[in-house]
Amino acid sequence: MNIAGRIKQGFYFDSVTLMRVGRELSGLPGVAEASVVMATEANKSILAMSDLLLPEFKKCGDQDLVIVVKAKDGKAAGEALAKAEDMLSRKKKPAAAGGSAAPAPRDIASAVAALPGANLALISVAGRYAAREARKALDNGLHVMLFSDNVSIEDEVALKKEAHKKGLLVMGPDCGTSIVNGVPLAFANVVPKGPIGIVGASGTGTQEVTCIIANEGSGVSQAIGTGGRDVKDAVGGISFLDAMQALAGDRGTKVILLVSKPPQPGVLKKVRALLRKIKKPVVALFLGEGGRPATLEEAALLAVAHAKGADPAKALAHLVRRDEILVEEARAIVARRRKPQGRYLRGLFSGGTFCAEAQVVLDGLVRHLHSNAPLGDSQKLKNAWKPEKNSVIDLGEDEFTVGRAHPMIDFTLRNKMILEQADDPDVAVILLDVVLGYGANLDPAAELVPVIQKAAMKVFVVAGVNGTIGDPQNRAKVVEALREAGAHVQLTNAAACKLAGLIAAEVARQNR
Amino acid sequence: MSIQKLFSSPLQVVNVGIESFKDACEKNGAPSVQVEWRPPVDVAPGSEAILAGRRAKIEKANRKVMEIILAGTPRLVGLDIARNVIPGMTEDTILHAGPPITWDRMCGPMRGGVMAGLVYEGRATTIEEAEKLASSGKIKYAPCHEHAAVGPMAGIVTPSMPVMIIRNEKFGNTAFCTLNEGLGKVLRYGAFGEEVTKRLKWMETVLYPVLKAALERTGPIDLKNLIAQALHMGDEVHNRNRAGTSLLYRAIAPAVLATCANKDDAVAVLNFINGNDHFFLNLSMPACKATLDAARNVKGSSIAVVMCRNGTDFGVQLAGTGDQWFTAPAEVPDALYFAGFTKDDANPDIGDSAITETGGLGGFAIAAAPAIVQFVGGAAADALRYTLSMYEITAGESRMYQIPALDFRGTPTGIDVRKVVEKNLVPVIDTGVAHKKAGVGQVGAGIVSAPMGPFAKAYDALAKILK
Repeated sequence: MNIAGRIKQGFYFDSVTLMRVGRELSGLPGVAEASVVMATEANKSILAMSDLLLPEFKKCGDQDLVIVVKAKDGKAAGEALAKAEDMLSRKKKPAAAGGSAAPAPRDIASAVAALPGANLALISVAGRYAAREARKALDNGLHVMLFSDNVSIEDEVALKKEAHKKGLLVMGPDCGTSIVNGVPLAFANVVPKGPIGIVGASGTGTQEVTCIIANEGSGVSQAIGTGGRDVKDAVGGISFLDAMQALAGDRGTKVILLVSKPPQPGVLKKVRALLRKIKKPVVALFLGEGGRPATLEEAALLAVAHAKGADPAKALAHLVRRDEILVEEARAIVARRRKPQGRYLRGLFSGGTFCAEAQVVLDGLVRHLHSNAPLGDSQKLKNAWKPEKNSVIDLGEDEFTVGRAHPMIDFTLRNKMILEQADDPDVAVILLDVVLGYGANLDPAAELVPVIQKAAMKVFVVAGVNGTIGDPQNRAKVVEALREAGAHVQLTNAAACKLAGLIAAEVARQNR
Repeated sequence: MSIQKLFSSPLQVVNVGIESFKDACEKNGAPSVQVEWRPPVDVAPGSEAILAGRRAKIEKANRKVMEIILAGTPRLVGLDIARNVIPGMTEDTILHAGPPITWDRMCGPMRGGVMAGLVYEGRATTIEEAEKLASSGKIKYAPCHEHAAVGPMAGIVTPSMPVMIIRNEKFGNTAFCTLNEGLGKVLRYGAFGEEVTKRLKWMETVLYPVLKAALERTGPIDLKNLIAQALHMGDEVHNRNRAGTSLLYRAIAPAVLATCANKDDAVAVLNFINGNDHFFLNLSMPACKATLDAARNVKGSSIAVVMCRNGTDFGVQLAGTGDQWFTAPAEVPDALYFAGFTKDDANPDIGDSAITETGGLGGFAIAAAPAIVQFVGGAAADALRYTLSMYEITAGESRMYQIPALDFRGTPTGIDVRKVVEKNLVPVIDTGVAHKKAGVGQVGAGIVSAPMGPFAKAYDALAKILK
């Protein structure tokens, strides 16, 4: 094997762009591995672990881009490096001659000068730089959506206090999803405008409720993400409360839907106090708290019922009927297969809230439920990489994402795990979430189909496809492709979890 | 804008980071702009917070500095011999380009220039003698900039050299610069030998007295006006000075004929100017120097008053940090090389001519000079982009120097070290490239980026002062 690399001093690209280039290189003939990263300490240690840290990279710093290729010979390596240079220089190339000569603004102040009506900054730079940019955005009078994670809690509190004082909103840090005035921000779905306003301290939770609302024929006025830490007492729910208040006064919002893991006591108290003052109907889902609504699906259906002036009790009764149908379906699915293997369910989730909701749904359906992000009665997995008995795994947790793109974008790791789990004779069902919308992988079927085809020969594969018909991935085509490959597809995560749990229980009963 | 108002206004997004997020916003009807973000420059912890905290004070100081820079009125008022007029010039003094440097660290072209200067002064008869004297410790080397002077390339000024005197009438300060020798084997590229000495002597004995007399006849020449016109005629007055030289020629030729009794001398002088497109460089540089020197020592200001190179180091001085130099190694320009030469032949960046960029000209005004866009990528749009990007790091725009292609927008003027560091965007300098061996001459030209080091150091120093 031939390892070759290049240093590009003073080049900078965002991590998603670099990941795309890296993946394209890895797919070239003769190339075993390729990495295109900024030479941060973290990235250098990752390169070192895979023996890709060339000696000359050691002196490089945050400002330098490094390209490294491991290929079968020098020719393949050289070609891959040339390809990388070409792709990056094409990205770099300014507008074509005759086009606008104006250079891109170099900071937020210049950007505001170029777009004087700007009212929101969407920040997704690496965490250690993100607070600095957020501060600049607030200084320039912009609301902030802070997609970046790894921002200190001190910075988060300082930013939110500053924003609150100025009447501005800070969504995040670690805020994956918002929809403001119908515009999907970061990881968000295309949903119609409508009467339901959402405050979400969980990104995928917000995605799921907005999708269900859209799929049920209603719409969303605003979906305001706050970042998961906002509802902790250390932050005090500053953004959560500000967003609730704003929706309470928003003429476009008729129903308010709150989605969060249970807030800490101090925040919960403040939320309850504010709820008493709000005259609009409010549906609150504190996932894992118990009580109703218990799932994202229930919460979304309740909100839609309120919005349509329908009877909320009927909406939930509808779910009971749906679940009865799923029981029949599970039996039929299992009956169609001769000698199904194993007894356990393994859920591999790219969305953290989907993993949490899975535990709520599966509670009582399967026994000995484990997770790397346990909720309720679930047990904590000793090793996140080694599922035990019935397990649901959140692949967005740190142990999986260091040095990798988010599992909603990069399927490589999960695909590998799907095949491993299918080879485990104890496994009966593999449960997946497939998240659509902006930010997520734009062609999920292409990557999942071959893997599901293989896995479905041994185990049952159940997939929840979470999206809307407006999403850029073309939901109908994705669903069709996954079904063709052998997956049993549901259009909500809760339904997928239910079906998977029922199948696992049925197989376990047969193989007892 | 309150949160509720946000809900009722069209969303307009500034995207910092992952570019595909911007595309999604635009596809869904939200006008968006992408910030060309870079990781911040490595500076001392706390510097940024200090400077942010002192923003009002810095802005006030910068307004004062900008008023001085924009209001400067540099005029060519006369000529004299260096020893008579340059402050602090002794018989043992040799001035050079760039920040301070000792003989042992000088690059080839600068050493060559020093030795040629010593031979010209009659302090040595051979190069060997000159080298011995140059390294003996007897010669006092000092930056031109510390003596109200500037010099292109090696920037060597010895006591007997004639200099032009530029007065900033509005503020009363003066700047000096030698006369441009032309191309070929010349001292400023470190050449030595009979040809070089002979030309220098001719400049001292013929060119100088003829020009001096002519200038007494014309009276002071308004350089600000001349530069403004030159910009409209396709110069940026650093790498292209053809228009400026022509304008000067028109201004002075009648007076030369009127005052010079010896017709041969008059013809030789006019031909010399006419034959050297860069003659005006030695006026655009001290014009900027006189303008910027008036803005020195304004406490708290983050505006650069000097950028210069000595072929070894790149140096910066700020209006708000007194006489302190901030330096880092000068880089070898990634320029366009003349046939037969490559980057391997090039000396690291050299010369005081970056004073033009410091004054809002040169690379900052390259959009005014379409004739030399091959130095910046070949398309007029490339030149526009360079100039436009410099507005990102400057505090203001010239009221006098304008870019026709930008609807006569004033050139970006007054480099703010805070913007350079916080935006991670260094000034561009439009420069000639010297061969690393003394005396070979110019081997290329193009746009070079200043190194970040001196700006980062200046940034920290300003923070320390304002703490």
